[in-house]
Amino acid sequence: MSDNNFKVKVGLAEMLKGGVIMDVTNVEQAKIAEESGAASVMALERIPADIRADGGVSRMSNPHMIKEIQDAVSIPVMAKCRIGHFAEAQVLQALEVDFIDESEVLTPADEDHHIYKHPFKAPFVCGARNLGEALRRIHEGAAMIRTKGEAGSGNIVEAVRHMKMIVSEIEEIKNSNEKTLKEKSEEMRVPIELVQYVSDNGKIPVPNFAAGGIATPADASLMMQLGAESVFVGSGIFKSEDPKERAYAIVQAVTNFDNPKEILTASYKLKDAMKGLEISEIPEEQLLQKRGD
Amino acid sequence: MIGVLALQGNFSSHVKVLGLLGHNSKLVKSPKDLDDIDGLVIPGGESTTMTKLINRDEKFFESIQSFSKNQPILGTCAGLILMSKDSFDSKVINLGIIDIESTRNAYGRQVHSFDAELSLEHGSKNDSFKASFIRAPKISKVGKNVEVICIHDDFPVAIKDGMHIATTFHPELKNETIIHKLCFGDK
Repeated sequence: MSDNNFKVKVGLAEMLKGGVIMDVTNVEQAKIAEESGAASVMALERIPADIRADGGVSRMSNPHMIKEIQDAVSIPVMAKCRIGHFAEAQVLQALEVDFIDESEVLTPADEDHHIYKHPFKAPFVCGARNLGEALRRIHEGAAMIRTKGEAGSGNIVEAVRHMKMIVSEIEEIKNSNEKTLKEKSEEMRVPIELVQYVSDNGKIPVPNFAAGGIATPADASLMMQLGAESVFVGSGIFKSEDPKERAYAIVQAVTNFDNPKEILTASYKLKDAMKGLEISEIPEEQLLQKRGD
Repeated sequence: MIGVLALQGNFSSHVKVLGLLGHNSKLVKSPKDLDDIDGLVIPGGESTTMTKLINRDEKFFESIQSFSKNQPILGTCAGLILMSKDSFDSKVINLGIIDIESTRNAYGRQVHSFDAELSLEHGSKNDSFKASFIRAPKISKVGKNVEVICIHDDFPVAIKDGMHIATTFHPELKNETIIHKLCFGDK
Protein backbone atom coordinates (compact mmCIF):
# COMPACT_ATOMS: atom_id res chain seq x y z
CA MET A 1 0.00 0.00 0.00
CA SER A 2 1.32 3.41 -0.90
CA ASP A 3 1.80 5.98 1.81
CA ASN A 4 1.27 9.47 0.49
CA ASN A 5 1.50 10.84 3.98
CA PHE A 6 4.84 9.32 4.85
CA LYS A 7 6.75 12.61 4.39
CA VAL A 8 4.20 14.50 6.47
CA LYS A 9 4.59 11.92 9.23
CA VAL A 10 8.37 12.13 9.11
CA GLY A 11 7.95 15.92 9.10
CA LEU A 12 6.80 15.94 12.72
CA ALA A 13 9.71 13.70 13.70
CA GLU A 14 12.00 16.29 12.05
CA MET A 15 10.44 19.07 14.17
CA LEU A 16 11.18 17.14 17.37
CA LYS A 17 14.91 17.03 16.68
CA GLY A 18 17.21 18.52 19.28
CA GLY A 19 14.47 18.11 21.86
CA VAL A 20 13.42 15.98 24.81
CA ILE A 21 10.35 13.76 24.88
CA MET A 22 9.27 13.12 28.46
CA ASP A 23 7.13 10.33 29.96
CA VAL A 24 4.28 11.74 32.03
CA THR A 25 1.49 9.98 33.92
CA ASN A 26 -0.84 12.87 34.77
CA VAL A 27 -1.75 16.47 33.95
CA GLU A 28 0.50 17.92 36.63
CA GLN A 29 3.57 16.12 35.29
CA ALA A 30 2.64 17.06 31.72
CA LYS A 31 2.55 20.74 32.70
CA ILE A 32 5.90 20.48 34.47
CA ALA A 33 7.37 18.84 31.36
CA GLU A 34 6.01 21.55 29.06
CA GLU A 35 7.17 24.37 31.34
CA SER A 36 10.61 22.80 31.50
CA GLY A 37 10.94 22.91 27.71
CA ALA A 38 9.95 19.37 26.64
CA ALA A 39 9.38 19.17 22.88
CA SER A 40 6.74 16.50 23.42
CA VAL A 41 5.27 14.32 26.16
CA MET A 42 4.49 10.60 26.21
CA ALA A 43 1.25 10.04 28.08
CA LEU A 44 1.14 6.72 29.93
CA GLU A 45 -0.46 5.35 33.09
CA ARG A 46 2.71 3.95 34.58
CA ILE A 47 6.29 4.84 33.78
CA PRO A 48 8.49 1.89 32.74
CA ALA A 49 10.18 1.59 36.16
CA ASP A 50 6.77 1.01 37.76
CA ILE A 51 5.58 -1.33 34.99
CA ARG A 52 8.71 -3.36 35.67
CA ALA A 53 8.09 -3.38 39.43
CA ASP A 54 4.35 -4.10 39.22
CA GLY A 55 4.44 -6.96 36.71
CA GLY A 56 1.20 -8.16 35.07
CA VAL A 57 -0.03 -7.30 31.58
CA SER A 58 0.69 -3.76 30.51
CA ARG A 59 -1.68 -2.26 27.93
CA MET A 60 -2.47 1.00 26.14
CA SER A 61 -3.28 3.74 28.66
CA ASN A 62 -6.83 4.80 29.44
CA PRO A 63 -7.90 7.20 26.62
CA HIS A 64 -9.51 9.51 29.17
CA MET A 65 -6.16 10.02 30.88
CA ILE A 66 -4.46 10.69 27.53
CA LYS A 67 -7.20 13.17 26.59
CA GLU A 68 -6.74 15.12 29.83
CA ILE A 69 -3.06 15.51 29.02
CA GLN A 70 -3.83 16.54 25.43
CA ASP A 71 -6.11 19.25 26.81
CA ALA A 72 -3.53 20.45 29.34
CA VAL A 73 -0.54 21.07 27.05
CA SER A 74 0.04 22.54 23.59
CA ILE A 75 3.08 20.44 22.63
CA PRO A 76 2.64 17.14 20.73
CA VAL A 77 1.33 14.25 22.83
CA MET A 78 2.46 10.69 22.18
CA ALA A 79 1.03 7.45 23.56
CA LYS A 80 2.01 3.80 23.49
CA CYS A 81 0.29 0.76 22.04
CA ARG A 82 1.35 -2.88 22.34
CA ILE A 83 3.53 -4.40 19.63
CA GLY A 84 1.23 -5.77 16.93
CA HIS A 85 -1.95 -4.40 18.53
CA PHE A 86 -3.31 -2.45 15.59
CA ALA A 87 -6.70 -1.99 17.26
CA GLU A 88 -5.09 -0.08 20.12
CA ALA A 89 -3.28 2.00 17.50
CA GLN A 90 -6.59 2.70 15.75
CA VAL A 91 -8.02 3.97 19.04
CA LEU A 92 -5.01 6.22 19.63
CA GLN A 93 -5.35 7.59 16.11
CA ALA A 94 -9.06 8.26 16.66
CA LEU A 95 -8.01 10.17 19.78
CA GLU A 96 -5.69 12.19 17.52
CA VAL A 97 -2.54 11.33 19.40
CA ASP A 98 0.35 13.07 17.59
CA PHE A 99 2.73 10.07 17.59
CA ILE A 100 2.08 6.41 18.40
CA ASP A 101 4.88 4.47 20.10
CA GLU A 102 4.55 0.78 19.22
CA SER A 103 6.44 -0.10 22.33
CA GLU A 104 8.24 -3.05 23.88
CA VAL A 105 7.54 -1.43 27.26
CA LEU A 106 3.97 -2.76 27.02
CA THR A 107 3.19 -6.49 26.85
CA PRO A 108 3.35 -7.56 23.18
CA ALA A 109 0.05 -8.53 21.54
CA ASP A 110 1.65 -10.30 18.57
CA GLU A 111 4.91 -12.20 18.86
CA ASP A 112 5.48 -12.48 15.11
CA HIS A 113 4.29 -9.26 13.52
CA HIS A 114 4.47 -5.56 14.19
CA ILE A 115 1.66 -3.26 13.07
CA TYR A 116 1.56 -2.48 9.34
CA LYS A 117 1.86 1.26 9.86
CA HIS A 118 1.58 2.74 6.37
CA PRO A 119 -2.25 2.99 6.24
CA PHE A 120 -2.33 5.12 9.42
CA LYS A 121 -2.46 8.91 9.29
CA ALA A 122 -0.80 9.15 12.71
CA PRO A 123 2.97 8.62 12.65
CA PHE A 124 4.63 5.77 14.56
CA VAL A 125 7.89 5.52 16.46
CA CYS A 126 9.43 2.10 17.08
CA GLY A 127 12.39 0.82 19.06
CA ALA A 128 15.43 -0.87 17.53
CA ARG A 129 18.62 -2.54 18.75
CA ASN A 130 20.35 -2.70 15.39
CA LEU A 131 20.09 -1.47 11.80
CA GLY A 132 18.10 -4.49 10.58
CA GLU A 133 15.44 -3.97 13.22
CA ALA A 134 15.33 -0.22 12.43
CA LEU A 135 14.91 -0.81 8.70
CA ARG A 136 12.24 -3.50 9.20
CA ARG A 137 10.22 -1.01 11.26
CA ILE A 138 10.72 1.74 8.65
CA HIS A 139 9.62 -0.68 5.92
CA GLU A 140 6.43 -1.29 7.92
CA GLY A 141 5.91 2.50 8.04
CA ALA A 142 7.64 3.83 11.17
CA ALA A 143 8.36 7.57 10.81
CA MET A 144 10.87 7.69 13.67
CA ILE A 145 13.28 5.18 15.20
CA ARG A 146 14.53 5.19 18.78
CA THR A 147 16.97 2.88 20.47
CA LYS A 148 15.28 0.36 22.74
CA GLY A 149 17.86 0.62 25.47
CA GLU A 150 16.46 -0.99 28.60
CA ALA A 151 13.40 1.03 29.62
CA GLY A 152 12.85 1.71 33.30
CA SER A 153 16.38 0.64 34.23
CA GLY A 154 17.91 4.09 34.69
CA ASN A 155 20.97 2.44 33.14
CA ILE A 156 22.33 3.91 29.90
CA VAL A 157 24.43 0.89 28.91
CA GLU A 158 21.87 -0.74 26.61
CA ALA A 159 20.96 2.49 24.79
CA VAL A 160 24.68 3.04 24.17
CA ARG A 161 25.01 -0.52 22.84
CA HIS A 162 22.05 -0.08 20.48
CA MET A 163 23.05 3.36 19.20
CA LYS A 164 26.65 2.26 18.58
CA MET A 165 25.41 -0.85 16.82
CA ILE A 166 23.13 1.14 14.47
CA VAL A 167 25.81 3.76 13.74
CA SER A 168 28.54 1.16 13.10
CA GLU A 169 26.28 -0.88 10.82
CA ILE A 170 25.48 2.28 8.85
CA GLU A 171 29.24 2.97 8.52
CA GLU A 172 29.80 -0.59 7.39
CA ILE A 173 27.40 -0.45 4.44
CA LYS A 174 28.21 3.12 3.38
CA ASN A 175 29.40 3.03 -0.20
CA SER A 176 29.28 -0.77 -0.38
CA ASN A 177 29.05 -2.51 -3.73
CA GLU A 178 25.81 -3.92 -5.10
CA LYS A 179 26.59 -7.51 -4.10
CA THR A 180 27.18 -6.59 -0.45
CA LEU A 181 24.02 -4.49 -0.35
CA LYS A 182 22.00 -7.37 -1.75
CA GLU A 183 23.40 -9.70 0.89
CA LYS A 184 22.63 -7.14 3.60
CA SER A 185 19.08 -6.67 2.41
CA GLU A 186 18.52 -10.44 2.58
CA GLU A 187 20.16 -10.69 5.97
CA MET A 188 18.08 -7.79 7.32
CA ARG A 189 14.91 -8.95 5.54
CA VAL A 190 14.21 -5.55 3.96
CA PRO A 191 13.99 -4.33 0.35
CA ILE A 192 17.27 -3.40 -1.33
CA GLU A 193 16.04 0.21 -1.77
CA LEU A 194 16.17 0.83 1.98
CA VAL A 195 19.69 -0.57 2.26
CA GLN A 196 20.67 1.45 -0.80
CA TYR A 197 19.34 4.63 0.85
CA VAL A 198 21.45 4.03 3.94
CA SER A 199 24.49 3.30 1.82
CA ASP A 200 24.05 6.47 -0.26
CA ASN A 201 23.12 8.84 2.57
CA GLY A 202 25.02 7.45 5.55
CA LYS A 203 21.85 7.60 7.65
CA ILE A 204 18.48 5.91 8.02
CA PRO A 205 15.59 7.58 6.14
CA VAL A 206 13.85 8.81 9.32
CA PRO A 207 15.12 10.59 12.45
CA ASN A 208 17.03 8.40 14.89
CA PHE A 209 16.41 9.17 18.57
CA ALA A 210 17.71 7.67 21.82
CA ALA A 211 15.60 6.04 24.53
CA GLY A 212 15.89 3.60 27.38
CA GLY A 213 17.83 4.41 30.55
CA ILE A 214 18.58 8.14 30.19
CA ALA A 215 18.63 9.67 33.70
CA THR A 216 21.06 12.63 33.74
CA PRO A 217 22.10 15.61 31.57
CA ALA A 218 25.38 13.81 30.86
CA ASP A 219 23.46 10.70 29.70
CA ALA A 220 21.57 12.91 27.24
CA SER A 221 24.80 14.51 26.03
CA LEU A 222 26.40 11.08 25.61
CA MET A 223 23.57 9.81 23.42
CA MET A 224 23.57 12.98 21.30
CA GLN A 225 27.33 12.73 20.81
CA LEU A 226 26.92 9.10 19.76
CA GLY A 227 24.55 10.20 16.99
CA ALA A 228 21.07 10.51 18.49
CA GLU A 229 19.01 13.41 17.12
CA SER A 230 16.82 13.76 20.25
CA VAL A 231 16.21 11.88 23.47
CA PHE A 232 13.28 10.24 25.20
CA VAL A 233 13.42 10.34 28.98
CA GLY A 234 11.07 7.89 30.64
CA SER A 235 11.44 7.08 34.28
CA GLY A 236 14.53 9.31 34.65
CA ILE A 237 12.66 12.54 35.35
CA PHE A 238 9.71 11.71 37.57
CA LYS A 239 11.60 8.97 39.47
CA SER A 240 14.26 11.52 40.48
CA GLU A 241 14.16 13.74 43.55
CA ASP A 242 13.84 16.94 41.54
CA PRO A 243 11.72 16.36 38.40
CA LYS A 244 11.29 20.03 37.44
CA GLU A 245 14.97 20.96 37.71
CA ARG A 246 16.09 17.71 36.11
CA ALA A 247 13.67 18.10 33.19
CA TYR A 248 14.98 21.59 32.43
CA ALA A 249 18.59 20.46 32.90
CA ILE A 250 18.17 17.66 30.36
CA VAL A 251 16.54 20.07 27.87
CA GLN A 252 19.58 22.35 28.16
CA ALA A 253 21.93 19.38 27.88
CA VAL A 254 20.38 18.27 24.58
CA THR A 255 20.65 21.76 23.02
CA ASN A 256 24.25 22.15 24.19
CA PHE A 257 25.22 18.49 24.03
CA ASP A 258 28.68 19.20 22.62
CA ASN A 259 29.57 21.86 25.20
CA PRO A 260 30.83 20.24 28.44
CA LYS A 261 30.69 23.54 30.35
CA GLU A 262 26.96 23.77 29.62
CA ILE A 263 26.44 20.17 30.75
CA LEU A 264 28.32 21.04 33.93
CA THR A 265 26.12 24.07 34.57
CA ALA A 266 22.99 22.04 33.85
CA SER A 267 24.08 19.25 36.23
CA TYR A 268 25.38 21.42 39.00
CA LYS A 269 22.44 21.86 41.32
CA LEU A 270 20.62 18.59 40.74
CA LYS A 271 19.75 16.23 43.56
CA ASP A 272 19.85 12.44 43.29
CA ALA A 273 18.95 10.75 40.00
CA MET A 274 16.72 7.66 39.98
CA LYS A 275 18.40 4.68 41.60
CA GLY A 276 18.65 2.45 38.55
CA LEU A 277 19.23 -1.25 37.92
CA GLU A 278 22.30 -3.25 37.00
CA ILE A 279 21.30 -4.98 33.75
CA SER A 280 22.86 -8.33 34.70
CA GLU A 281 20.59 -8.43 37.74
CA ILE A 282 17.46 -8.26 35.59
CA PRO A 283 16.30 -11.82 34.81
CA GLU A 284 16.68 -12.56 31.08
CA GLU A 285 12.92 -13.04 30.56
CA GLN A 286 12.24 -9.59 32.07
CA LEU A 287 14.40 -7.71 29.58
CA LEU A 288 11.99 -5.41 27.69
CA GLN A 289 14.38 -4.95 24.76
CA LYS A 290 13.98 -8.63 23.77
CA ARG A 291 10.35 -8.02 22.86
CA GLY A 292 9.83 -7.71 19.09
CA ASP A 293 12.48 -8.10 16.43
CA MET B 1 27.17 33.67 6.26
CA ILE B 2 23.63 32.91 7.42
CA GLY B 3 22.89 31.81 10.98
CA VAL B 4 20.32 29.17 11.86
CA LEU B 5 18.86 29.30 15.37
CA ALA B 6 19.74 25.85 16.73
CA LEU B 7 18.07 25.62 20.12
CA GLN B 8 15.59 22.94 19.08
CA GLY B 9 13.89 21.85 15.85
CA ASN B 10 14.84 20.92 12.33
CA PHE B 11 17.65 23.43 11.90
CA SER B 12 19.73 20.89 9.96
CA SER B 13 17.31 20.96 7.00
CA HIS B 14 17.74 24.75 6.76
CA VAL B 15 21.52 24.38 6.73
CA LYS B 16 21.09 22.01 3.78
CA VAL B 17 18.79 24.35 1.83
CA LEU B 18 21.11 27.33 2.44
CA GLY B 19 23.94 25.18 1.12
CA LEU B 20 21.97 24.52 -2.08
CA LEU B 21 21.91 28.31 -2.60
CA GLY B 22 25.65 28.58 -2.00
CA HIS B 23 25.37 30.14 1.48
CA ASN B 24 27.67 29.16 4.29
CA SER B 25 25.77 28.74 7.50
CA LYS B 26 26.39 28.68 11.19
CA LEU B 27 24.39 27.31 14.12
CA VAL B 28 23.26 30.01 16.55
CA LYS B 29 22.90 28.94 20.18
CA SER B 30 23.76 32.13 22.07
CA PRO B 31 23.66 35.93 21.51
CA LYS B 32 27.35 36.13 20.61
CA ASP B 33 26.74 33.75 17.68
CA LEU B 34 24.76 36.58 16.02
CA ASP B 35 27.84 38.80 15.73
CA ASP B 36 29.29 37.70 12.40
CA ILE B 37 26.26 36.61 10.39
CA ASP B 38 24.33 38.40 7.62
CA GLY B 39 20.92 36.82 8.16
CA LEU B 40 19.12 34.42 10.46
CA VAL B 41 16.70 31.52 10.08
CA ILE B 42 14.35 30.69 12.96
CA PRO B 43 13.34 27.11 12.15
CA GLY B 44 10.33 24.95 12.92
CA GLY B 45 10.19 22.97 16.13
CA GLU B 46 8.32 23.60 19.34
CA SER B 47 7.84 27.32 20.04
CA THR B 48 7.41 26.63 23.79
CA THR B 49 10.77 24.84 23.92
CA MET B 50 12.53 27.58 21.94
CA THR B 51 10.96 30.20 24.22
CA LYS B 52 12.38 28.45 27.26
CA LEU B 53 15.85 28.29 25.72
CA ILE B 54 15.82 31.89 24.45
CA ASN B 55 14.74 33.13 27.89
CA ARG B 56 17.59 31.25 29.49
CA ASP B 57 19.94 34.05 28.45
CA GLU B 58 18.46 37.43 29.30
CA LYS B 59 20.28 39.14 26.41
CA PHE B 60 19.11 36.71 23.72
CA PHE B 61 15.63 38.17 23.14
CA GLU B 62 16.90 41.73 22.71
CA SER B 63 19.89 40.61 20.66
CA ILE B 64 17.62 38.96 18.08
CA GLN B 65 15.38 42.03 18.04
CA SER B 66 18.27 44.40 17.43
CA PHE B 67 19.76 42.02 14.84
CA SER B 68 16.45 42.28 12.96
CA LYS B 69 16.85 46.06 12.58
CA ASN B 70 19.58 45.62 10.00
CA GLN B 71 19.56 42.00 8.85
CA PRO B 72 16.90 39.74 7.32
CA ILE B 73 15.26 36.97 9.33
CA LEU B 74 13.34 34.03 7.87
CA GLY B 75 10.97 32.14 10.16
CA THR B 76 9.15 28.90 9.34
CA CYS B 77 6.25 27.56 11.42
CA ALA B 78 7.42 27.96 15.05
CA GLY B 79 9.78 30.65 13.71
CA LEU B 80 6.79 32.60 12.39
CA ILE B 81 5.09 32.38 15.79
CA LEU B 82 8.17 33.71 17.60
CA MET B 83 8.59 36.55 15.06
CA SER B 84 4.92 37.60 15.33
CA LYS B 85 3.70 40.66 17.18
CA ASP B 86 1.37 38.43 19.17
CA SER B 87 0.23 34.81 19.23
CA PHE B 88 -1.99 35.09 22.30
CA ASP B 89 -0.28 32.36 24.29
CA SER B 90 1.60 33.07 27.51
CA LYS B 91 3.80 30.01 26.96
CA VAL B 92 5.56 31.57 23.96
CA ILE B 93 7.44 34.82 23.56
CA ASN B 94 6.83 37.13 20.61
CA LEU B 95 9.77 39.04 19.21
CA GLY B 96 7.48 41.46 17.33
CA ILE B 97 9.76 41.49 14.29
CA ILE B 98 6.88 41.17 11.82
CA ASP B 99 3.55 42.96 11.98
CA ILE B 100 1.25 39.93 12.10
CA GLU B 101 -0.75 38.00 14.67
CA SER B 102 -0.67 34.21 14.65
CA THR B 103 -2.47 31.24 16.18
CA ARG B 104 -0.57 28.11 17.14
CA ASN B 105 -1.57 24.64 15.84
CA ALA B 106 -4.52 26.23 14.05
CA TYR B 107 -5.23 23.27 11.75
CA GLY B 108 -5.30 20.79 14.66
CA ARG B 109 -3.11 17.91 15.75
CA GLN B 110 -0.67 15.90 13.61
CA VAL B 111 -3.37 13.80 11.86
CA HIS B 112 -4.45 17.08 10.22
CA SER B 113 -0.97 17.91 8.94
CA PHE B 114 -0.71 17.94 5.14
CA ASP B 115 1.27 18.74 2.00
CA ALA B 116 0.09 21.40 -0.42
CA GLU B 117 1.02 22.82 -3.80
CA LEU B 118 1.76 26.52 -3.43
CA SER B 119 2.83 29.38 -5.65
CA LEU B 120 4.08 32.90 -5.03
CA GLU B 121 1.41 35.59 -5.48
CA HIS B 122 3.50 37.66 -7.88
CA GLY B 123 5.58 34.85 -9.30
CA SER B 124 5.01 33.04 -12.56
CA LYS B 125 2.84 29.92 -12.55
CA ASN B 126 5.94 27.84 -13.25
CA ASP B 127 7.21 28.71 -9.81
CA SER B 128 4.81 26.42 -7.97
CA PHE B 129 6.28 24.24 -5.25
CA LYS B 130 5.20 21.70 -2.68
CA ALA B 131 5.44 22.37 1.02
CA SER B 132 4.47 20.65 4.27
CA PHE B 133 2.18 22.07 6.93
CA ILE B 134 3.08 20.28 10.19
CA ARG B 135 0.77 21.14 13.12
CA ALA B 136 0.92 24.50 11.42
CA PRO B 137 -0.08 27.90 12.77
CA LYS B 138 -2.35 30.34 10.95
CA ILE B 139 -1.75 34.01 10.37
CA SER B 140 -4.80 35.61 11.95
CA LYS B 141 -4.07 39.27 11.25
CA VAL B 142 -1.79 41.05 8.80
CA GLY B 143 -0.47 44.59 9.40
CA LYS B 144 -0.95 47.24 6.70
CA ASN B 145 2.64 47.32 5.49
CA VAL B 146 2.92 43.55 5.29
CA GLU B 147 2.92 41.88 1.89
CA VAL B 148 1.17 38.52 1.59
CA ILE B 149 3.34 36.43 -0.72
CA CYS B 150 1.59 33.07 -0.56
CA ILE B 151 -2.05 32.04 -0.03
CA HIS B 152 -3.55 28.63 0.66
CA ASP B 153 -7.30 28.01 1.07
CA ASP B 154 -7.91 31.78 1.35
CA PHE B 155 -5.45 32.11 4.24
CA PRO B 156 -2.14 33.95 4.01
CA VAL B 157 0.57 31.33 4.59
CA ALA B 158 3.68 33.37 3.78
CA ILE B 159 4.33 37.07 4.33
CA LYS B 160 7.05 39.63 3.77
CA ASP B 161 7.51 42.52 6.17
CA GLY B 162 10.38 44.73 5.06
CA MET B 163 13.35 42.42 4.61
CA HIS B 164 11.86 39.66 6.79
CA ILE B 165 9.90 36.65 5.59
CA ALA B 166 7.79 34.19 7.56
CA THR B 167 5.89 31.08 6.48
CA THR B 168 3.41 28.84 8.28
CA PHE B 169 4.71 25.90 6.19
CA HIS B 170 8.04 24.13 5.80
CA PRO B 171 9.77 24.74 2.46
CA GLU B 172 12.97 23.17 3.85
CA LEU B 173 11.46 19.70 4.38
CA LYS B 174 11.38 19.19 0.63
CA ASN B 175 14.70 20.92 -0.05
CA GLU B 176 12.75 23.80 -1.61
CA THR B 177 14.98 26.87 -2.08
CA ILE B 178 12.47 29.46 -3.38
CA ILE B 179 11.66 31.04 0.02
CA HIS B 180 15.25 31.10 1.29
CA LYS B 181 16.34 32.66 -1.99
CA LEU B 182 13.71 35.35 -1.64
CA CYS B 183 14.99 36.21 1.84
CA PHE B 184 18.76 35.86 1.44
CA GLY B 185 19.38 35.74 -2.33
CA ASP B 186 21.82 33.23 -3.79
CA LYS B 187 25.49 33.13 -4.59
